[in-house]
Amino acid sequence: MYRNQEAIAVGACLDMTSDDYIASTHRGHGHCIAKGCELEGMMLELACKEDGLCNGKGGSMHIADMSKGMLGANAIVGGGPPIAAGAALTAKTLGTGGVSMAFIGDGASDQGTVAEALNLAVVLELPMIFMYENNFYAEFTRNPKPEGRIAERAGSFGMPSVVVDGSDFFAVHRACREAIERGRSGGGPTAIEAVSARYYGHFEGDPQAYRDEAELREQREAGDPLPRFLADERASVLDAARVADIDAEIFAELDRTVELALAAADPTPDKLYTDVYVSYEGRAMQ
Amino acid sequence: MKMSIREAINLTLHEEMARDSRVIVMGEDVASGQGGVYGITAGLPEKFGVARVIDTPITESAIVGAAGGAALTGLRPVAELMFVDFLGVCLDQLLNQIAKFRYMFGGQARTPVVIRTMIGAGEGTGPQHSQILYPMLAAIPGIKVVAPSNAADAKGLLAEAIRQDDPVVFCEHKALYMTECDVPEGDYVIPFGRARTVVEGSDITLCGLSRMAVLAAEAAAQLAADGISAEVIDPRTLSPLDEQGILDSVAKTGRLVVVDESNPLCSMASEIAAAVAEFGFDYLDAPIQRVTAPHTPVPATPCLEKEYVPSVSDIVEAAKKALDY
Repeated sequence: MYRNQEAIAVGACLDMTSDDYIASTHRGHGHCIAKGCELEGMMLELACKEDGLCNGKGGSMHIADMSKGMLGANAIVGGGPPIAAGAALTAKTLGTGGVSMAFIGDGASDQGTVAEALNLAVVLELPMIFMYENNFYAEFTRNPKPEGRIAERAGSFGMPSVVVDGSDFFAVHRACREAIERGRSGGGPTAIEAVSARYYGHFEGDPQAYRDEAELREQREAGDPLPRFLADERASVLDAARVADIDAEIFAELDRTVELALAAADPTPDKLYTDVYVSYEGRAMQ
Repeated sequence: MKMSIREAINLTLHEEMARDSRVIVMGEDVASGQGGVYGITAGLPEKFGVARVIDTPITESAIVGAAGGAALTGLRPVAELMFVDFLGVCLDQLLNQIAKFRYMFGGQARTPVVIRTMIGAGEGTGPQHSQILYPMLAAIPGIKVVAPSNAADAKGLLAEAIRQDDPVVFCEHKALYMTECDVPEGDYVIPFGRARTVVEGSDITLCGLSRMAVLAAEAAAQLAADGISAEVIDPRTLSPLDEQGILDSVAKTGRLVVVDESNPLCSMASEIAAAVAEFGFDYLDAPIQRVTAPHTPVPATPCLEKEYVPSVSDIVEAAKKALDY
């Protein structure tokens, strides 16, 4: 689902540690990997298995890993930014030097919760990054806003904002590094609008009949961040053989974890009732 | 020491903030003015600083959501949702986010957040500032719901709400803020899920929630004048609900009136009546009586609001109906 937006998550999370937080979106798998979640736990969760990151109770749309500061994919469009603001408040209050990043799609950018979080981040000077991913489509509807409008809107709340090419890893990374440093040093929030058309549709198997075929073909090709990354001289340490090795390693790990996930055990029926509360004394939970 | 609910909550916030530096208070007007309309947070910013007593914009989704996110990552926020009616603009953050973190993340999360909120009619504040709404909250798995009816319970339950690790909505009835009682000094914590016997009795059980526990006690006094011994039970926490405590009382008296300021459909009165009918059928000598607000919004005009809120005489009448059965 995250194809052609990889440079955004990777560029965004590269300078973060497990003590920094992200709140993810409906399309959160790429964010998970970039934030350091183990593929095995992830795959098991996508398959809703007992040993998945969330014991199979979250699944694809709610995958989370607290140990990595990954505060959850979110099936509510625009649900994440207030939560990310809270994580930023924790970092600020405890003085950890940590930052918190909310990933936000172009569709979510119109939600009131996002405006509220932008405002709160400015008012409380939170170490927060609003990482917009403008992939041109909100579910099945083309976003009519011109590129840059989202960043402009965020900037109007009183924070630095910038537009970057979302398929240019180096551009995303530079913008995020600056935003993260600003957050860590007490400089408050930043908004980044990374523009990159999505490759796939809204859900697995979406035929995308609402997209123009020629345009889709062109966007798929132009939006692939990997050739652009490899063509950059800053990536020249990677020769073709090394790239092929990495590819092989990743494919092998994907095959292994997918196979493992498909064969793994489902949660037992008693798990329906566990982890609703930390503690609860009442018939409702007996 | 004698104090009002308003003072007891203020004192508990002071004590818990002093006890644990991870406790923060956030919401509209909590740091400025006189600590909100009722002065609940008065003195906190001077004592603990505005880094821990945080004024927010009037954006309830951001208040509740950020409190949840802060709780998820290590703080113990006490956030104020000024009136429970404002759930209408921020319910997602409570219903779909905070309440579900622990379950949908497979037990990885702890979200020790307290949402303090004002409930109830009686002050002429009209349809959007006077609702009860706690039945709706009690129906959500993953959150706990508390509604104290005196200052001692307010102190003990708020301390527990702040110290335990699940999300809690703490419902403060605005018409009870000034009511006083003796409050234990020092560390005082009341576990959730334990009803309190307000008045002991043997002829009939009056189970009242929040302010209705106070009215039920007044009704019991009136019934006593007629030679009727009414027992008054205040569940104090709605989720978890001390069904056994209520059943034990009904086993003794054989009759039950549930008094709830909620609207009647899917109310706490309905829930308690259903539980007693299901598990205590053999104890009952008369049909369970529910005394609730009507299925209408809360009117602003005092003459209609008075009609809306269950009264002592409504409770006495329901009790007599059960006794005359």
